[in-house]
Amino acid sequence: MSERRHAFASVRATARLIAVKDLRIERRGRVLTNQVLPFALIVMVMFAFALDSDAVLERVAPGLVWLATLFSTLFVIARSFAVEGSDGALDQLRTSGAPSAGIFLGKALALMVQLLVLVVVLVVAAVVLYRADLSWQGGVLLVTTAVAATGGLAAVGTLYGGLSAGAKGRETLLPLLVLPVVAPVLIGATRATESAFGTNGIAVGEGWPWLGLLAVFAVLFGVTGAIAFGSLLDE
Amino acid sequence: MAPDSPVVLNDAVVVIGAFPVLAGANLTVRSGEIVLLRGPNGAGKTTLLRLCAGLIELKRGRGRVLGHDLSTDRWSVRHRVGLLGHANGLYPDLTVRENVAFWGRTVGATDAEIAAALRRMALDARLADVQISRLSAGQRRRTALAALVARRAELWLLDEPHAGLDAAGRDELDEVLRQAARAGATIMVASHELERAGTLATRQVEVVAGQVRDSGATS
Repeated sequence: MSERRHAFASVRATARLIAVKDLRIERRGRVLTNQVLPFALIVMVMFAFALDSDAVLERVAPGLVWLATLFSTLFVIARSFAVEGSDGALDQLRTSGAPSAGIFLGKALALMVQLLVLVVVLVVAAVVLYRADLSWQGGVLLVTTAVAATGGLAAVGTLYGGLSAGAKGRETLLPLLVLPVVAPVLIGATRATESAFGTNGIAVGEGWPWLGLLAVFAVLFGVTGAIAFGSLLDE
Repeated sequence: MAPDSPVVLNDAVVVIGAFPVLAGANLTVRSGEIVLLRGPNGAGKTTLLRLCAGLIELKRGRGRVLGHDLSTDRWSVRHRVGLLGHANGLYPDLTVRENVAFWGRTVGATDAEIAAALRRMALDARLADVQISRLSAGQRRRTALAALVARRAELWLLDEPHAGLDAAGRDELDEVLRQAARAGATIMVASHELERAGTLATRQVEVVAGQVRDSGATS
């Protein structure tokens, strides 16, 4: 029992160590604020130019928010593993003896924090650019949706980022691996956000069942990643 | 395994793809030795180091590193060795102190141990808070070695450690490695710089076509 407790503490300590390190690197490098956020905002503006109708934009705003989030997520994942590969830190992580579940959870947590910042900015952009409405009940649903959806995206992103980290052509491989898998997040988060925005008269209450899908997805990939990440790093 | 032999390989075979990179390597490294691995490119030096780090599967033969069987328990080897390849394994956006602390804390090193590792590599207060991206190649190498010290590595596996360093940096590195060996670390160095590494090593072995030949003691 005490050994199990020690292992759990070791996973938790490693996760914290990795998450703090990744967020510190992001704060110094400012890739999220100087590159990813501007890219996501440009995507939102381009959607507005392409659709060119307030009524249509208001109707599709939730889907556009999550599509822009998915595209931007790919950059954040790539960056998260680029910092490990740029000077051979990945080999050091392999030989560090740190529990792979802790490495996975730490990297996923740091990704999730960055994706939450991204979603907040994109929701504000949707309210400003697409005139989406948001009540306080809708706000509660949206915050919960954002946490569950970014948790799932971060888990998938860390899992497949680790898988493709040492692969040839990883820049193109990553979107091919990640985008089909996160389709349930796109669907669930979009439906829940439609309810939060009251798009097409959908009530806020209708959005909560979609959170079940997002939560199951996040837990499924979180557990799978924590178990499988060690083998992926070894490949 | 004798307790004073951190590395014992008997007929070790490592296959990468379909190619046997190590084809029956035999090697015993004693505690506190600095062993120079020499040989042409593609001879298997890097593979030998990665095998000893527990990163590569042993296909046939037997191997024990720091008492752990490489066939059944290579994962236990990893946190006891320090592998430094062509790259330094550092995060350029973090400072010297943050890098050394990060790697030290992966094995539970205390603040005192991290400070001692920085002191041992002469990374004083002025350098400790500088970002890695602003350091010279020699200073980065010293930081990487400080990280090995903070990680309490008992077996240092260094692949071309002199690469990219100027003459002063190379002298400095040699002195650091001699000090580490005196302090109890066992060191294996793969290098093409035979003259320099030869004066550093206590023993040389030649790796040719996946085989290891002992060239004897140098000092």
